[in-house]
Amino acid sequence: MGVEIKVEHLSKSFGKQLIWGDVTLTVPAGEICVMLGPSGTGKSVFLKTLIGLLKPDQGSVVIEGTDIATCSEKELYEIRKLFGVLFQDGAMFGSMNLYDNVAFPLREHTKKSESEVRDIVMEKMDLVGLVGAEDKLPGEISGGMRKRAGLARALVLEPEIVLFDEPDSGLDPVRTAFLNQLIVDLNAQIDATFLIVTHDINTARTVPDNIGLLYHRHLAMFGPREMLLSSEEPVVRQFLNAQRVGPIGMSEEKDADELEAEKDQELPPLPPIPLQLEPSNGIPRRSQRPPGEWCRMNGVTPPPGSFDGNMSMATGG
Amino acid sequence: MSSLTASRALAPVGTAGKFFAFGLDVIRALFRRPFQLREFIQQAWFIASVTIIPTALVAIPFGAVIALQVGGLIKQFGAQSFTGSASVLAVVQQAAPIGTALLIAGAGGSAIAADLGARKIREELDAMMVLGIDPIQRLVVPRVLAAMLVAVFLNGMVSVVGVAGGYFFNVVLQDGTPGAYLASFTALSQLPDLWQGMAKALVFGLIAAIVACYKGMNAAGGPKGVGDAVNESVVVTFILLFIVNFVMSAIYIQLVPPKTG
Repeated sequence: MGVEIKVEHLSKSFGKQLIWGDVTLTVPAGEICVMLGPSGTGKSVFLKTLIGLLKPDQGSVVIEGTDIATCSEKELYEIRKLFGVLFQDGAMFGSMNLYDNVAFPLREHTKKSESEVRDIVMEKMDLVGLVGAEDKLPGEISGGMRKRAGLARALVLEPEIVLFDEPDSGLDPVRTAFLNQLIVDLNAQIDATFLIVTHDINTARTVPDNIGLLYHRHLAMFGPREMLLSSEEPVVRQFLNAQRVGPIGMSEEKDADELEAEKDQELPPLPPIPLQLEPSNGIPRRSQRPPGEWCRMNGVTPPPGSFDGNMSMATGG
Repeated sequence: MSSLTASRALAPVGTAGKFFAFGLDVIRALFRRPFQLREFIQQAWFIASVTIIPTALVAIPFGAVIALQVGGLIKQFGAQSFTGSASVLAVVQQAAPIGTALLIAGAGGSAIAADLGARKIREELDAMMVLGIDPIQRLVVPRVLAAMLVAVFLNGMVSVVGVAGGYFFNVVLQDGTPGAYLASFTALSQLPDLWQGMAKALVFGLIAAIVACYKGMNAAGGPKGVGDAVNESVVVTFILLFIVNFVMSAIYIQLVPPKTG
């Protein structure tokens, strides 16, 4: 079973530049969460703060009773053993082949024999579809393969929390779809807490149980998937539906003139909410909720056509 | 505005402080188990392989220049029989540690900084920390120890090659007598000269490796950052090593009085 991450009043700035301030959210144990945000809003910084690679200026990140922001170096290295992290480019060790890369955490942290290590490594390599590429060096393979190898390495110690830093950047749509399916299947299998940082809307709309949106140096909204997908809040609506009309501009937020000019423009209707991606074996995940449950419980009428099994995955707008 | 200039003026102090803190971290990690024997052997072999040949090639002209200079000078005093002793003194006391410093910083240190810098910008070091492994213990400590070990060996090699080069130039080119050259070896130099050369080499290896690791692990800003880190590490190491060499020589001369012929 996964572990809960409790983030309270977290702020981080580099020099005088505030990256984001007063972020408060709880990533529920065992659920899949997606953290969204326009480019350059500090999503990766947020991820690095969660694992203690960067120290926040204020606030706390509590995991199993330990505050990552203030704990000692020793406690930090202990708590990190709960984590598996998939870095943007896989962050494979360039001097080792894929097999040694994936075996690395096992050899460093466990006293397993070489044959046990081999069994676990081959199982994870099989999971990400890299059997046959064990002897390749990270420099010799494509970005997508590096990413999958990074995922295999992140999973090898049976983590309670798995963090994904833009798992879909630089991947083609087919591979992204496979990777998303893999993420959902993995969650069903190991029940760990998943946090995905991305700006791919299709991933955000179909994969997670919860969505968070970082925008303009604060957390704009965090909650169940259906809550954000049916939200009329301008920023959330604009971002989740990839529209030009709304407060987010090309460089940063739009200025008053631009907003004024847009005032009378008709907002396109909210596109229907797609069904959540299910595990490929058809058995629902532990944290999975029936489609439309949140909308019914909170008296929100989902956009017409929502939760239609035949609906295409593509987003509108 | 005033705070800006103040922070700029104090920036070097901050950098020095961070570097010092890093050095303390390394020294603390030196005694933490498990010791990374495999990485240590690999690194020692790697540093030796990039430094041995350049060091030997630097040592020959070093010995030769000393022999030429001293030989010419000493002839005017009519003290040719002391040529050997003067060149041994110069090579063992000064040339060997300086030659070692040049190569351990220029070849070994730059290779370490480039390696760690590349790992830093590819997020390998972050990945390592996230996997619960301290890069200082896993990567830096073996490199520092390897650089220290190799530096001591290099020092010995420069001594031997330098003295041999001096012998060749004195005997073959300046018509010195082999017997006089060899016999005067111990006239001015003494055993502690060798120890201090080794001690210097040990300290040089330590400083060069710590600077290179620090610069490499703090590389930022993509591939250009790695180049900058390597460049800075070599320059900083040179400056530090020459200063430390001066200080250690001064202390040595106070502690061990020079032998008089």
